[in-house]
Formats: sequence, C-alpha cells, structure tokens
Amino acid sequence: MNRRHLIAFAAGALLAATQMPLPASADALATIEKDKVIRIAVPQDFPPFGTVGADMEPKGYDVDMAKLIAGKLGVKLDLVPVTSANRIPYLQTNKVDLVISSLGKNAEREKVIDFTTAYAPFFNGVFGPADVTVKDAAGLAGKTVGVTRGAVEDLELTKIAPADLTIKRYEDNNGTISAFLSGQVELIATGNVVAAAILARNPPKKPEIKFLIKNSPCFIGLNKNEPALLAKVNEIIATAKTDGALDAISQKWLGAKLPADL
Amino acid sequence: MNYTFDYGWLLVYWPVLVKGIGITVELTLVGGVLGVMLGIACAWARALGPSWLRPFVAGYVELIRNTPFLIQLFFIFFGLPALGLRMGELEAANFAMVINLGAYGCEIIRAGIQATPSGQFEAGASLGMSRIQTFRHVVLIPALQRIWPALSSQIVIVMLGSAAVSQIAAEDLTFAANFIQSRTFRAFEAYFVATLIYLALAIGLRQALRGLGWTLFPRRTAR
Repeated sequence: MNRRHLIAFAAGALLAATQMPLPASADALATIEKDKVIRIAVPQDFPPFGTVGADMEPKGYDVDMAKLIAGKLGVKLDLVPVTSANRIPYLQTNKVDLVISSLGKNAEREKVIDFTTAYAPFFNGVFGPADVTVKDAAGLAGKTVGVTRGAVEDLELTKIAPADLTIKRYEDNNGTISAFLSGQVELIATGNVVAAAILARNPPKKPEIKFLIKNSPCFIGLNKNEPALLAKVNEIIATAKTDGALDAISQKWLGAKLPADL
Repeated sequence: MNYTFDYGWLLVYWPVLVKGIGITVELTLVGGVLGVMLGIACAWARALGPSWLRPFVAGYVELIRNTPFLIQLFFIFFGLPALGLRMGELEAANFAMVINLGAYGCEIIRAGIQATPSGQFEAGASLGMSRIQTFRHVVLIPALQRIWPALSSQIVIVMLGSAAVSQIAAEDLTFAANFIQSRTFRAFEAYFVATLIYLALAIGLRQALRGLGWTLFPRRTAR
C-alpha cells in the first residue's frame, strides 16, 4: 500500500468514525451508574468556560457544571479536555458521555447529537455603566459605542444603528476594553464573556448589559437515543436553576447572575 | 493561482476611502505646520536659548525620538484619561503627530542653525539688528533653506507614520483599508488600493514641499 492509499484509507476510516455514530450503548445512564463514573468533555483553551490553571487542574464555568452534574449523579467525574473542533466527534465515537464545552445549538448539530436545556448564557449585546440608560437600538441615538472591528457585534450593530450613533471601531478586544475603561467611549458592544473579563479586573466602571444583539446560549450535548440520560441531566439543570447553584457558577465565572430568560 | 480579483466593493465603499484620505491629509497638514513650528522653537532653544531651558528641550526631544510612535499615541489616548486629560481620537492623533514631528524637526533645524557661520551673527549685529531680528532674517531662513530637503522627508515620514492612528479608531486611510478588508475579506485589493493612494499622497506632498521651498527661499541659486 503506497502512501496515497494509506492516506485515503485513513481519511475513509476517520470519516466513517465521525459520520456514522456507533450504535448507542443500551443505556448510557445505566452504564454511568453501573461504572460509577461519568466522562465529560470540557474545553481547555476557552476562558472563562474552561482553562487549565497554574496547578494544571482544569477550571471554569463548564468544569464547575461538569462537577455539579457528577455530584448530583453521585458518580466519579472523568474530565476529558477537548477543542472546539473535536468535541462532537468525541461524543459520537463514545469517548465521552456528555459534552459541556460552551456548545451552541444549530440545525446542523441537531442532526447528529441531542441537546439538553440551556445551562450557560452566551450573547452579544451593548454594555455600559449603570448610570447610562439605554433600552434598545433606538436609544443609542446621539451616543458613542466602541466595538471590535469586524466582530459579529460590529456587523450586527451597524445594521441596527440609528443614523446619529457614532461607532468607534477598535483593532481588537483589548482596544475596545481600554476605550471603555478610559472613558473614550460611553458604551461598548461586545460578548458577555468579554464583559466578564472586564468585571474580573474590578474596574471603577462596571459594564452592565443594556440590550441583547445576538443570543446563542450554551447547551450540553449528548448522543441521540439516550432519553434516560437526557431527562436526568435536564432535571439536574432545572434544579440548579431554581436552587441558585447555577447562579453561583455564573456569578463566579461571568460576574453576573443568569439572565432571567435562560 | 486561482484568486479572482474583484474591485466591485469600490462602488460601495468609496465614501469610506474618501473620508479616510481627508483625515490623513488633515492630520498631515496640522501635524506638519504645527510640528515644524514646534521644531523651530525647540531648535532655537537648544542652539541659542537660555541655558536653563536647554535640558528640558533636550529631555523632550530624546524622549520622543527614542520611543515608538505607537506607544506615544496609546499613552496619549488610553493613558492620559487616567490623569483627567481626555482627548478624542483625532485630537490625540494630531497632538501625537505634532510632538513627534516637533522632536525630529528640532534636531534637523538645529543642524541648520549650528551650521550658520558665526560671521553671519556678527553681520546681523553690525547692522543694528536685535537678537530676534538676527535670528529671524539672518539665521533661520538660510538654516531652513539648508535643511529643507531633510525636513521635507521627515514630514513625508510623519504622514506615512500616521497610519498608526487607525489603532485608536481614528478613521484615516489605513482605518478605511482595514475596515473594507474586514467587511469584504478582499485583503489584496483593499491594501493595494490603499498603497496606491499613499504613494500618490506622498509624491504629491513631496512636490508641494518642493514648490513651497522655491517660494520661501527664492534667492538661492544653487539647488
């Protein structure tokens, strides 16, 4: 077999592995409870959802969520670090039971995996200090908003901007953050994760959400045909939302409580 | 290579480019005029001024000439607000360019002044001119004439360096090129057009400065 054949074979095998989900094990929840261990995919390079700390321990919103679920199930937690590219293949090839990796829901993904209810907020919006009152795009008239040039929020804000809104476009998120903190702009349009990064520095000016531009919350992914596991995880999420456990995680990593509509 | 060049975006985005050219020209005009004036004042201070003033001017000149323009710009725009001095991006850009050209211009003009033979000062004095008059008519004009080509080049460098102001969201020509690039993803075309415009602006500025030199120093024969 020459090299070209080998590559073609490897590519074919990879395709087969990722495209055709293995026949689901009889019942993932039963297996988890029998083995007393749950394997959960978490990000390792996406703060504040998942990073590796100085002590080499994974930490972040997704990691705490994984710990919460393992704790409620009363089983040992096996964290599997993944990247955004391989998190769904890991699930499909049955290397993990759940993917908690700031996963957004879309039609393409829904064809291959199932989603629980939302567990984390992820949105773009216009942020500003408490004393600035803006409720919607029309309310931005006459104001100055900083944004990172070319980012999704730049494109979306440009579409909905009233005529006399001044948009200042900075080169990267740091430029946008600095412009906000130094008072060069009154408001910024950015993601809640960036706003959380600003809050983490405990600045004199605290960015609060004024209105949403684009909302795509995070969901937990699991294999199709696992109704028992899906129901159990949904139940854990619902409880965590009402008993404040999820609010605490959100406060810790995103600097704000869960939005009411999550 | 299977890249298809597409300049269709010019139809949509030309106002952004025109605005960018306007800002770049405005920055160069203000920066050039005020910068050269500041340069003359500093050159006088360093070459002929009172001795207590010289270390301050020398400190300013060395501070500016030995730090990056981008850092000076960020310091003025993002740093100074902490001291309560907040400038908009255009004021900050203009300010940074003036103090930048002022420092470089100072050293160029000082070279011209110090090359003035001492007999020329004495000639001014023997004609009954005051120190200011001697400086203005006998020293400065020949000095500027001597270093005009070097000063012209420095002004062109400052114009090209103004590309950095796009980093504080001043909407100059470079900002326009970046903006168009991030909207159309036509990197080659956007930067190619910007390159041609900068080239045309620089050549035009050089010609204008040459013409200005002829007007300011008509007596000189050898050029």
